[in-house]
Amino acid sequence: MIAATPAQRRAILDRSRTVAMVGASANPQRPSYFVYRYLLTHGFDVHGVNPAYATIDGRACYASLEEYVRAHGPPDIVDVFRKASAAPQAAADAIAAKAKAIWFQYGVIDERATRLADQAGLDVVVDRCMKVEHARFRGGLSVAGMNSGVLSSKRRSGRM
Amino acid sequence: MSDRTFGFRTRALHAGTPPDPTTGARAMPIYLSASFVFESTEHAAELYSLRNYGNIYTRISNPTVAAFEEKIASLEGGLGAVATASGQAAQLIAILSLAQAGDHLVSSANIYGGTITQFSVTLKRMGIETTFVPDAQPRAMAAAIKPNTKALFAETIGNPLGNVADIAELAALAHQYGIPLVVDNTFASPYLCRPIEHGADIVVHSATKFISGQGRVIAGALIEAGSFDWASGKHPLISEPSPGYHGMTFSETFVEYAYLMRARAEVLRDVGACLSPMDAWLLIGGLETLALRMDAHVANAVKVAEFLESHRQVAWLNYPGLASNPQRHLVHKYLPRGAGSIMTFGPRGGRAAAVKFIEALELWSHLANVGDAKSLVIHPASTTHQQLTDDEMQTAGITPDMIRLSVGLEDAEDLIWDLDRALTL
Repeated sequence: MIAATPAQRRAILDRSRTVAMVGASANPQRPSYFVYRYLLTHGFDVHGVNPAYATIDGRACYASLEEYVRAHGPPDIVDVFRKASAAPQAAADAIAAKAKAIWFQYGVIDERATRLADQAGLDVVVDRCMKVEHARFRGGLSVAGMNSGVLSSKRRSGRM
Repeated sequence: MSDRTFGFRTRALHAGTPPDPTTGARAMPIYLSASFVFESTEHAAELYSLRNYGNIYTRISNPTVAAFEEKIASLEGGLGAVATASGQAAQLIAILSLAQAGDHLVSSANIYGGTITQFSVTLKRMGIETTFVPDAQPRAMAAAIKPNTKALFAETIGNPLGNVADIAELAALAHQYGIPLVVDNTFASPYLCRPIEHGADIVVHSATKFISGQGRVIAGALIEAGSFDWASGKHPLISEPSPGYHGMTFSETFVEYAYLMRARAEVLRDVGACLSPMDAWLLIGGLETLALRMDAHVANAVKVAEFLESHRQVAWLNYPGLASNPQRHLVHKYLPRGAGSIMTFGPRGGRAAAVKFIEALELWSHLANVGDAKSLVIHPASTTHQQLTDDEMQTAGITPDMIRLSVGLEDAEDLIWDLDRALTL
């Protein structure tokens, strides 16, 4: 399924815990590092997939998704921080890794990759940020004065 | 949660103000706290580096202020908002977030006198030059754009002339040059016009006016659409490493949130013109009834305008909502629910008659403000626009006999009774 609505994105986040972040960076200025840190501090079990690093912040980083799977089994989400041209390969790797979902970050837009993953039965999110979407539903965006689009008279838990 | 797209009135009541997660309080609490305790040193570091969301210090963010920000952002159809201490602060922060010394702006000349002065004197002293264009004429605005122009600026409804900006034209023009259109939407409020729906990139407000609706608060807000490409290279303040935030490149790290994050984390932080949580709380209450109030303001304004238009002591009247208005095609396009409740007119007898009229009024308050629930009156030439030069005043269309009315929510018959008395005394 290609997750097109906020409720679909929320459902993917709510059921997921393990994340393999393809293209994770240890450079504290990079967006992927922001997302890596955010997910780690919000209960996700995140590992980087990037041949450039052995570890990121002391956590194992893997040269390939295949290596990640050998250590941890199939991830709930493969989060892709690569240029769009690398998206089809990431999709093929995520399918081989038996990931439940693939999440293409801002600008990682490739129709073939999206179709490939969708047809293989993965849930697919395109051109969205995992951190922003999680914060949308957990109140983080609202704290920053952003328009979360979430309207509800139900009480939510205090922790963001 | 559902994927329903909620209407304006529903969002006015609910956006940004869910039940308080800590106490369950249904009304937004007033978080009058200067600072917020960190959970750990790691948590503090995550907040300071902007990697996590949370409150540090009320000059930068506060839960009550954020609730107002999300509500106004939702009503304007924007990505997010930054609340400020005043409308002037909103404008200053909006501009300083995208321009610096050596840069240039193109602005409508028929705008609030305080804005003209902020641009032509204060921003000029800071090295940002502005070219003013009468009536925000799109072709003349285009001709004034230079290689260092960073934004176009106009008011939805100009203060005090009621000139309506052709927002879609101006937006298309700005985008052709890779720059954003900034629109002051104070006189319309998001109920009567949402500039972002017509292509504007940044909306600024004096929230003191219709958003508050009660004349009790000085406040402002800037809202960004979130669709402008800040990474094109035209705005290096956003697309190049910032020494104000340890070398962070906002467009790379925050993508669509880049402008709003820089406006808050650097410019609001350094300018310091933040909104008080107490005032934010009053504005939240104001926004809840915005739709109801604006319909009532417009209905009263139309009655007052019709009365004045036919009064023998009135030499001229300018209200964009009149059928006779030469800009009615723009009013029809941008203000289908009404053209607000601010109008200008000149009494027969010129300046002396204008002064005599204002002093004879009983119910209308003689003061410098608009958008109060109470009806207001002022003589712009001696007040709101008096700091302008004669030339600027002429360009802004301020005549010595001009009276500006902000029609409130009293019984229209009472307002008309008072106007008639003062005109014929």
